[in-house]
Amino acid sequence: MSSLDSQPVDSQSPNLQTPSSHKGLEALLAGLSGVDQVGAEARAAALGTRSIKKESKMWAIDTAISMVDLTTLEGADTPGKVAAMCSKALHPDPTDPSTPSVAAVCVYGDLVPAAREVVGDRIHVAAVATAFPSGRASLGVKLLDTREAVAAGADEIDMVIDRGAFLAGNFGKVFEEIVAIKEACGDAHLKVILETGELKTLDNVRKASWLAMKAGADFIKTSTGKVAPAATLPVTLVMLEAVRDYYTQTNVRIGVKAAGGIKTSKDAIKYLVVVNETVGDAWLTPDLFRFGASTLLNDLLQQRQKMLSGHYSGPDYVTID
Amino acid sequence: MIGNDRIEVRKTHKLFVGGAFPRSESGRTYEATNSQGEFLANVAKASRKDARDAVLAARTGFNSWSKATAYNRGQVLYRIAEVMEGRKDQFISDIQDAEAVSAKKATNQTDQAIDRVLWYAGWADKYAQVLGNTNPVSGPFFNFSIPEPTGVVAAVAPADSSLLGLISVIAPIITSGNSVIVIASTASPIPAITLSECLATSDVIAGNINILTGDPAEIMPSLASHGDVNALDLTGITDPELQKALQIEAAGTVKRVRSAPVNPDWQATPSLSRLRAFTEVKTVWHPMGM
Repeated sequence: MSSLDSQPVDSQSPNLQTPSSHKGLEALLAGLSGVDQVGAEARAAALGTRSIKKESKMWAIDTAISMVDLTTLEGADTPGKVAAMCSKALHPDPTDPSTPSVAAVCVYGDLVPAAREVVGDRIHVAAVATAFPSGRASLGVKLLDTREAVAAGADEIDMVIDRGAFLAGNFGKVFEEIVAIKEACGDAHLKVILETGELKTLDNVRKASWLAMKAGADFIKTSTGKVAPAATLPVTLVMLEAVRDYYTQTNVRIGVKAAGGIKTSKDAIKYLVVVNETVGDAWLTPDLFRFGASTLLNDLLQQRQKMLSGHYSGPDYVTID
Repeated sequence: MIGNDRIEVRKTHKLFVGGAFPRSESGRTYEATNSQGEFLANVAKASRKDARDAVLAARTGFNSWSKATAYNRGQVLYRIAEVMEGRKDQFISDIQDAEAVSAKKATNQTDQAIDRVLWYAGWADKYAQVLGNTNPVSGPFFNFSIPEPTGVVAAVAPADSSLLGLISVIAPIITSGNSVIVIASTASPIPAITLSECLATSDVIAGNINILTGDPAEIMPSLASHGDVNALDLTGITDPELQKALQIEAAGTVKRVRSAPVNPDWQATPSLSRLRAFTEVKTVWHPMGM
């Protein structure tokens, strides 16, 4: 499990206390070593060549299904569409009851009651909050957005960071916002969306990951799915390394959610390999790794049908959401 | 002939999938020979994985091609004939090499293949009038039936007629709006490869026509059982045991199957039976007089 850095993160002696002023935070982020981008891409590509077959593939597909946050985040979402998606989340393949349920459904805050009504407490309901997807609103609006979603029954909140502030170097503002939202979440789990497609560099991804974990994120999540590129293997690798380093320092396991752009079972299995090889199999659980996806589930189901029936399935044999 | 002062430019023959020319994912090739067994070229040997990739491409191609207007489909078929006409000399020499026939016979086959494309081009916006119908029913309904394309068709081209037979299989399938994955004649694949180069420059929607070279006995079983293939055209399957096995496989997903014809005459003007074989009839009951 080699680190991609010329110097490991912990050799930089980051400040492990929550900074009372932002000096400590800025020192921590400035002290993070840069990411070797070519190395990260090469490592991700090498792990992506692993061949996972037969029983391992079957396990990987079932695990991946159980890690899916089945998502619909469209302006055209209706309570009926959300209800249909929730039924699918509970029983992804109605022709095969042995198919596991997905981990959660992910909807806009106002549709949380519609989702909760169908899923009960059988799976999690995640709501995007904080002026998703741009995050361009005042803190007051974001807090209200979060509180309303929690009050409506969401037990997971997917928030977006203020990328404008982050890119302008105003890390303190980003940090304080996450802390405030975390408080507003109460018992709900907080996933912090870094929107890595807008952060541009892997150095920024590493910085944002540390910032979010320090501020109290339970999960760090790659993307909103509204910006291309969304989740990529190298970005996820860098985030997982940050999670690993954070764990070695604090003994706290932070989850990672790869969202957007993962459409095939093959891609999903590559992510599972990267998780296993970077943070270990303790993370191969829906509590610590998730896929944010809408179309991925159908491909996983088709592959699962293929594994069980021996012949290739097609889109006619899964539901269109 | 290559002059002494030139380095010979040898061609790498590849598959035609999704509008691109990939090598076989397996990396395999086989030797194409003429009927005397003399070496002609190395040709890609498609694997089952290549066939599955072709199904994905064909499904994507079907989604656009089946929505094209009948008039537009006719235009695209006509365009194929135009581009083939410009490549006539290459087709003639390919057929002469592959089938060891005279220049006259090869020319004749090429002319007929191009004419066959035109023939189907004309049918694109007419076949529905012939195969469709208004139906007298006892009730206040205007009742009519129209043929619609069935979807993705996996086909095996005849082994003996390397261009005309191939065209006679492909053209009726795509005329009605289907996509096709066709396995070219194993023994004489090179005219099919030249055809794929024509198709790549003929406004054919990427993935609408996919041409694989290789062994049908290896590739077809996985296509016959594939859930996203809607029909099989077994024209080039001469082994009755294989034909039966493929029909049984196809039954699992209720595919349409067109069996291999007995002693086909590719020179003769075709009927509409091939066009009809890969369509589904939709019947509409429209209330009237209310």
